Amino acid sequence: MSAVGWGAIAFWLVAWAANSVLANRFPKAGWVKALVPTLFGITLLVLWQGLVRGLDVSPVILPAPTDIAAAIGANIPLLWGDFTQTILKGALAGYLIGCGAAIVVAVLVDRSPFLQRGLLPVGNFVAALPIVGIAPILVMWFGFDWQSKAAVVVVMVFFPVLVNMVAGLAATDALSRDLMATWSASYPQALVKLRLPAALPFLFNGLKIATTLALIGAIVAEFFGSPTRGMGFRISTAVGQLDLPLVWAEITVAALAGSGFYGLIALIEKAATFWHPSQRGK
Amino acid sequence: MKKSILPIVTVLAAIVVIWYAGAVWLNSQWTYDQAARADVEVTFSEVVADTLSQDRPVLPAPHQVAKGLWDGIAGQKITSKRSLVYHGWITFSATMAGFGLGTVAGILLAVGIVHSRAMDMSVMPWAIASQTIPILAIAPMVIVVLASLGIKGMLPKAIIAAYLSFFPVLVGMVKGLRAPDAMQLDLLRTYNASDAQSFWKLRLPASMPYLFASLKVGIAAALVGTIVAELPAGATQGLGARLLSGSYYGQTIQIWAALFGAAILAALLVLVVGVVERITLKRKGMAQ
Repeated sequence: MSAVGWGAIAFWLVAWAANSVLANRFPKAGWVKALVPTLFGITLLVLWQGLVRGLDVSPVILPAPTDIAAAIGANIPLLWGDFTQTILKGALAGYLIGCGAAIVVAVLVDRSPFLQRGLLPVGNFVAALPIVGIAPILVMWFGFDWQSKAAVVVVMVFFPVLVNMVAGLAATDALSRDLMATWSASYPQALVKLRLPAALPFLFNGLKIATTLALIGAIVAEFFGSPTRGMGFRISTAVGQLDLPLVWAEITVAALAGSGFYGLIALIEKAATFWHPSQRGK
Repeated sequence: MKKSILPIVTVLAAIVVIWYAGAVWLNSQWTYDQAARADVEVTFSEVVADTLSQDRPVLPAPHQVAKGLWDGIAGQKITSKRSLVYHGWITFSATMAGFGLGTVAGILLAVGIVHSRAMDMSVMPWAIASQTIPILAIAPMVIVVLASLGIKGMLPKAIIAAYLSFFPVLVGMVKGLRAPDAMQLDLLRTYNASDAQSFWKLRLPASMPYLFASLKVGIAAALVGTIVAELPAGATQGLGARLLSGSYYGQTIQIWAALFGAAILAALLVLVVGVVERITLKRKGMAQ
């Protein structure tokens, strides 16, 4: 191994020592809470770069982070096109339709305890199934373009959101419901003023799970047929040409999109459920 | 529990009815086209009968899927390439290998995180961030790259299954190992118990309910990972490969049968974890 590799390992050891000292000496300080994970992330990148260069790993197996950054810089229009096709059209459209449908069904089902008792176990069961498997069927039904990807996403996000929303609508305690009754609130009034807000923490839990599922559904569905753009299509063809830096560039975009999507929902959650104990503690 | 059987049956019956209606509706186009080509008039009852018995329907009727499933499970020798038991076994063994790897990794990392504050602060945010990455989507790439290194067969699939099952176990175990309250930890300190002793006698037993809850999520995730890992072209074994070949050749009944095979496998795996959970918790006196 060359000096670059040893240098990276030395950097890792120093950074780890710094992290231990920081974490044990100032465990409560805000800047340490941000600095420690950042330092750890940078260390991983340095170690990756150093080991790939130091051990002369072939770029076909694992490209170095700088190669990936170069591939991103060289392919920005291509990556943007894939991003709009897969994330903005396929995943986002499916996410909105699927989550919207799940919320509406949950509110409708809410009036009938009979349906609730029947739907919840079935929904829980379906949520644990390998739903990705219906991708080939839906691609057959809806064609190769983004509509079929959106359909896969709809089916994938529907049940987790439904189960969480039904649980959320049942989360109000008898005391609050009685209070609504003493004010002679009608069903819609009680729903809008008490039960929907009370269901929000549960709903956001489901929505956050659904963000990752939406991206997975949209990308995996492209493996079963797609127009000549899209992240899943690009990943599978670039692997065929052993253009691994481009593959990793797509993965980086997918990772950033996934984290960004999740972060966006988490931000909305923070604004919408500021009153909930889990948000107040921080 | 008994009270919810009737509602569940009702919901399932409604799904079957909707499914039949959907099958008639979606498949009728083909029937009408065939009739128009042959220049014959078809009555409604003939259309219904035909849509429920096509060879390559757009949406197979439930009884066709059930028949395909039965043929796949009981109608073949289990060593046959057409047997769902054979493909299911391939998928099952990779799932279990990956689940085992992921569980061990998750537990070890959780132990590290609970005992080292530096590790807690640096690893935990990244472990959470790693789950917002649609890792499942790059599973086929991992398979192809590992294959170019000469690693084939069960291991690559198991690695993806392990990655997916590791996270729920990690989060559940960290929560579980921190479940004992300050009073219990203080009690062990008054006994002058070492870190190792309080780990084995207090933290580990206390974490069991959390561990099993995450194992159920983890094993379902491992199965999904294995199936997706079987999708890349060239794979010939496993339920995922069965799905893919069905989609290539338009064999819709084969796709649906493989899909239900996977669903049954998932249900069985979660059930087994549930049974082990009940036995363990009972012996520890934690059963609800």
